[in-house]
Amino acid sequence: MEQFSQVLLLFVSTVLINNFILVRFLGICPFLGVSKQVETAFSMGLATTFVMTLTAASTWLINTFILEAFNLPFLQYVSFIIVIASLVQFVEMFIRKTSPVLYKALGIFLPLITTNCAILGLALLIPLNGYNFISSVVFGFGAGVGFTLAIVLMAGLREGLQFGDVPESLKGVPITLIIAGIMAMAFMGFSGLISM
Amino acid sequence: MAGQLINDFKNGLWQENPIFRLVIGMCPTLAVTNTTENGLAMGIATLFVLLSSEIVISTIKKLIPSNVRIPSYILIIATFVTFVDYFLKAFFPSIAASLSLFVPLIVVNCLILGRQEAFASKNPVHRSIADALGMGLGFTWALTLLGAIREFLGMGSIFGLQILGAWYKPMIIMVLPAGAFISLGILVGIMNIISREG
Repeated sequence: MEQFSQVLLLFVSTVLINNFILVRFLGICPFLGVSKQVETAFSMGLATTFVMTLTAASTWLINTFILEAFNLPFLQYVSFIIVIASLVQFVEMFIRKTSPVLYKALGIFLPLITTNCAILGLALLIPLNGYNFISSVVFGFGAGVGFTLAIVLMAGLREGLQFGDVPESLKGVPITLIIAGIMAMAFMGFSGLISM
Repeated sequence: MAGQLINDFKNGLWQENPIFRLVIGMCPTLAVTNTTENGLAMGIATLFVLLSSEIVISTIKKLIPSNVRIPSYILIIATFVTFVDYFLKAFFPSIAASLSLFVPLIVVNCLILGRQEAFASKNPVHRSIADALGMGLGFTWALTLLGAIREFLGMGSIFGLQILGAWYKPMIIMVLPAGAFISLGILVGIMNIISREG
């Protein structure tokens, strides 16, 4: 029971308090690029959550049983990025075979995930925080949910903004950044919710 | 010949500035610019990785089969990033500690991979060097400027030197995540005005 509540706390704190986009600044590129429509933003979030959970599990295994066991920490970046790239490729092939509907929905977003710094950041944060296997998977899933939450909220705001009167020079990226700033302030309200 | 090199160099400084005009490489831009020093250090680290990988990739571009080029580029970049990371940890431990996660994340900085794909894989070595220097310095000055603005408003200092006296009540929000988004948004807006009138 003790462990269960720990895992639950970790999940909540990853989604809300240490949100990957708004607090840790990981995954800003898709956050700015793919947040024009709620629907596509949600698909992107879904694909990212999926890859993040798998990445957390597989990089934990590789780090513990290969890199740490053979004392090869200097290969961390190179091996993690290879794992992520091949994982994304594998997920793409798997989804194309099993669920053409989902494949169509995720479409071009899958290959883009390789260069999403949130994924590599997640892989690097796990050894840094010294999580065990279960915590790593929960951390990966929570990071994905937090990413989806932020990107869908932003897409909703931007859809509403189409009818707003935005100054010419702030159109596009600048106004998106300013909205993200205000969202980050709102998320600051969650800090102190759980002390970990 | 020389004129072309100068154009390649100047391109990244303003016309296609990675931060203000292309808006790529946003994660390190927002995350490490809470002080001027961090912004400058991140800029130089990125400049080094960009320059070395553009030299290597434009030299061996004919040897890389085109359907595995992206993984090959990432591997070359990751090698140089590991080098920078260990260099910083050995000689500048305090900077390495404050940049922490964002040194390894240079691997997935879209700016670096983007320049390999858009420039180094198509152009000779000397032009790639000019391009890397221009883009890298363009990235560096943008990061340093953003870092200076945030540090000045958030702590009243620049490069750790206290400029404003005790009467100044620091705007703490500027060194927090929210301040990063807002100040970059306003800065990009100002750059838009400047380039439209220029």
